[in-house]
Amino acid sequence: MELNIIAFGIAKDILGSSQVQVSLADGKTVGDLLEQLKASYQDFERLASLFVAVNEEYASNETILSATDEVVLIPPVSGG
Amino acid sequence: MTSITHKSIDLQSVIEAVQSPKCGAIDVFIGTVREQTKGKAVLRLDFEAYEPMAIKEMQKIIDRAHAQWPIEKMTIVHRVGSLAIGEVAVVIAVSTPHRAASFAACQFAIDTLKETVPIWKKEIFEDGEVWVAAHP
Repeated sequence: MELNIIAFGIAKDILGSSQVQVSLADGKTVGDLLEQLKASYQDFERLASLFVAVNEEYASNETILSATDEVVLIPPVSGG
Repeated sequence: MTSITHKSIDLQSVIEAVQSPKCGAIDVFIGTVREQTKGKAVLRLDFEAYEPMAIKEMQKIIDRAHAQWPIEKMTIVHRVGSLAIGEVAVVIAVSTPHRAASFAACQFAIDTLKETVPIWKKEIFEDGEVWVAAHP
């Protein structure tokens, strides 16, 4: 499947764009996506943390992704 | 009530939103833009948010606070965009019958907001810029 990944903050800088398309086999998880992104963009490894939100909720690594999900990279937050 | 705004926050309206005749206390936290970080001059802060999720996560903080303290009303408003030194980035207001609970709930809210709400700030210096807290 083709996933549209949205990025904010430093994740956007690392990807070089606020949105990228990623090809992932059907049935793959959030953990698989993170592994693939960290292999392609090694600067992600240097972050204090990197979470994924699926449909506006924090997702665990075991969450299975589908092509219609809204998938957003959440680097360390710093509001306030 | 929670919101993300692109304009300056009207403090009085946030306070009025939590006023209640049942309460003897309103506690307000105001987060403002500091002129320096670790001794280095900051020119401004740029905030951005994943807005729909940020609103949901701020509402979760309010729900958790309601479960812990006898809160009458609670509001969180966060600003995004480019903020100058001294400008207000976030306002949290909470009203309770007695003061101890409003102090505690307000502190809980700002501490949790900084950990869970998808909002990011970039410090702009004369010689560069840094996403706050991005690296260990």
